[in-house]
Amino acid sequence: MIKLSVNGQSHDVDVEDDMPLLWVLRDELGIKGPKYGCGIAQCGACTVQIGGVAVRSCQVAAGDVDGEVTTIEGLGSPQALSAVQAAWIEHQVAQCGYCQSGQIVNASAFLNENNNPTDEDIDNAMSGNLCRCGTYPRIREAIKTAAKTLRNS
Amino acid sequence: MGKLKTIARRTFLIGTAAIAGGVAFGYYAYKKPGENPLLPNLAEGESALTPYVKIDADGITLITPRADVGQGAYSMQAALIAEELDVELDQIRIDPGVPSATYYNTALASESAPFRSTDDGFLAQSTRGVMDSLIKFLGVQVTGGSSSVPDAYEKLRVAGAVARETLKLAASEKTGTPIEQLTTSNGFVVMPDGSKLSYIELAPLTSTIEPASEVKLRDPSQWRMIGNPMQRHDIVAKSTGTLIYGIDMVLEGMVHATVKSSPRKGLMRSFDATKAEKMRGVQKIIPITNGVGVIADNTWRAIQAANAIEFDWAEAPYPHQTDEHWATLEASFTDDHLDSQMRDDGNVTIGLAEGNLVEAEYRAPYLAHAPLEPLATLVKITEDRADIWTCTQVPGFLHSALVKLIGLPEEKVHLHMLYGGGSFGHRLESDSVIQAVELGLAMKGTPVKLTYSREEDMAQEYPRQIAMARARGSHKDGKVETLDLGIAMPSIISSQLGRQGLSVPGPDTQIVAGAWEQPYAIPNYRVSGYRSPELAPISSWRSVGASSNGFFHDCALDEIIHAAGADQLEERIRLIWHEHSRKTLEAVGEMSNWGSDPGPNRARGVAFCLSFGVPTAEVIEITNAEDGIKIDKVYVACEVGKIIDPVNFEGQVKGAVIWGLGHAMNCERTYSDGMTEQENFDSHQGMRLYQCPEIEVRGLENSDTVRGIGEPPVPPAAPALANAIFAATGKRIREMPFDKHIDFV
Repeated sequence: MIKLSVNGQSHDVDVEDDMPLLWVLRDELGIKGPKYGCGIAQCGACTVQIGGVAVRSCQVAAGDVDGEVTTIEGLGSPQALSAVQAAWIEHQVAQCGYCQSGQIVNASAFLNENNNPTDEDIDNAMSGNLCRCGTYPRIREAIKTAAKTLRNS
Repeated sequence: MGKLKTIARRTFLIGTAAIAGGVAFGYYAYKKPGENPLLPNLAEGESALTPYVKIDADGITLITPRADVGQGAYSMQAALIAEELDVELDQIRIDPGVPSATYYNTALASESAPFRSTDDGFLAQSTRGVMDSLIKFLGVQVTGGSSSVPDAYEKLRVAGAVARETLKLAASEKTGTPIEQLTTSNGFVVMPDGSKLSYIELAPLTSTIEPASEVKLRDPSQWRMIGNPMQRHDIVAKSTGTLIYGIDMVLEGMVHATVKSSPRKGLMRSFDATKAEKMRGVQKIIPITNGVGVIADNTWRAIQAANAIEFDWAEAPYPHQTDEHWATLEASFTDDHLDSQMRDDGNVTIGLAEGNLVEAEYRAPYLAHAPLEPLATLVKITEDRADIWTCTQVPGFLHSALVKLIGLPEEKVHLHMLYGGGSFGHRLESDSVIQAVELGLAMKGTPVKLTYSREEDMAQEYPRQIAMARARGSHKDGKVETLDLGIAMPSIISSQLGRQGLSVPGPDTQIVAGAWEQPYAIPNYRVSGYRSPELAPISSWRSVGASSNGFFHDCALDEIIHAAGADQLEERIRLIWHEHSRKTLEAVGEMSNWGSDPGPNRARGVAFCLSFGVPTAEVIEITNAEDGIKIDKVYVACEVGKIIDPVNFEGQVKGAVIWGLGHAMNCERTYSDGMTEQENFDSHQGMRLYQCPEIEVRGLENSDTVRGIGEPPVPPAAPALANAIFAATGKRIREMPFDKHIDFV
């Protein structure tokens, strides 16, 4: 049995130690926000936070998880949006939307560290998250809006 | 206005019918009434006012048959209906409906006929009409070709208006108030004294009245929504991780599956699953057509087991190495491969003999669509019913194929449409859905969700065409005198429709799309399409033929203009005869302050392409930095007639530019031993955020014809970049991907 805490809830899961966290979340716990895109840490669609740090859950073995796991569902909900989610909605970032859970989780971890990022900071933090639809200009705008909200709160 | 009147006149209602306690009637804006596909599936208390409006006690549902693969099609379709129905977007539900011939795509058919979209002459118009009828007969309910907006623009407003007027008739009958005194707002019919009757309470009454037979569409000056910023219907769900894609579907008792089929698109000779069978969680190994499916209790376990199966794949039915594909194209510039020569102005032979000759050869490789959601489908098949949940651009074709495969009557096979995690043409193909159904048939009674691994998705791609062009040109007195462009590629349409068992006679206009119909008045001007033998099976990739040909045509023109010593923008403007096209070039000239000094180590490139009826001009500014080329800024101007939602419009244009640039910079799909060498996003990336330029968009609305914008900004992106690189470095890049020849920051 592997013990996991996800979005404040404890779970015991009976899986192989080397099953990637992504598939524990999706298929064992039914948490569908983190997405499968590549399985090799190239796209970032599976991004979750462990202890506040953004990681690619497709590359983290279930047996190696050593902190609280936060997925997009743990950041906020349609009824109670996080500042980053609200900014994503304000700028209507999503097109197909499939990468956006990962983008938002990644941006949230980054903004917790740096709520006044330069353009270069944003480029460095967000370039591991692939968007095939090309929503990058709006991701930049939404991050700036969210940063402002976070600075003022 | 003349056209609007005609539509209204052609619109009539078919008779009412009481079904399952509810009431339904439809309109059909064509020569022969089609069915209302909502009728057979109406539940107790539901009313279907037109095939696009359904009302029950819980609310109003708008039917949006064009697939939403990220382009915002559902919201756009809903807005067009809601505009005339007088409901707000936050008070309706959206349902993509069911596969039906009623939802055929008129606009796509119109653009399939070989007439320039700038041609409004009699022959062009009448042939477009013939194609409409053909497509209606085939019942093609297809999403593609940037056709959703043009197809829906009048049709869905009429659908909304018919429903509204019918609800007013019901209110008039109920209250005895003359219909002329009634108005509508926010889902209510408003009486002269200000009291209101809701659409929901009126809908059941429509069964006993004669429905509205003629409607007049509102004048654009009265529009509340069209042309104004809207919030997309899916935006909250997509920003909170709560939108359910095919890959996220779950049913009670569901098993997880993956498949492996030939990476050479050929036969499977044999397989050995001894190891896989013993792996944890594996429930069943099921042979399918040319491959094997693994049923497990977890997707990861299924993928691990599939990777443990040993296969013996037969050889590829196409050349095994990429070099051989290129050699086939090189050998195809001959008379016996000539497919079309729809543009042949002046005398190219004389023009080339008299002027100063420019010659160049261009190449564009195969490319993967690779939407970020790997293909996934959920099926549940029992003895008397089949349910399939997926996202497809061709629900009509797919439904027919599934009915045949499953062997149940048509009405027992339910294809449920979901939002797609991207497509770019990927979901015009249905192999993965067929495979899911094969597994579902082998697991009757148990819901099976098939998920492709990324590697399987890349291996099974039907990629963008490989293409080559040979250009010759001449100039005289500082002006372009001749452009002779030959393009060779396999036929995308015959590869694609061939897989559906259909053949298309005549030339394939996609071989020359984005080139032959360009509105330039070059004195000697010829575009020849050469159909190469079929190579790897290919498919439509965002902007289709124009994705390669826009690059070939505009860069060739750039070379001749340069040789002539003319200004790149001015000479293009001088040569263009089509007013709407010329205005896009003038707009980007103004936006980019063309002609001003771009600064040290910086340069601009311009390109233009008319595709899908949309003239699009782009100017790109780059810096030739120490560690490579940096794309600083892109200016885009395009003519679409009418912008439905400026927010979504701008997003589509920017996304298309990024799509065009990213693939031109660093993507190709190559073959070795008949298998693709790019298995994942490490070797087929596209653009990353740090490379993304600032993009400034101007949508022009001068034309009377409404057009879609998902694809047209793609073709000019690559040539504008190549032309800017030449301006900055003196180096002509004539082959995609550009990073084979130059570094990017």
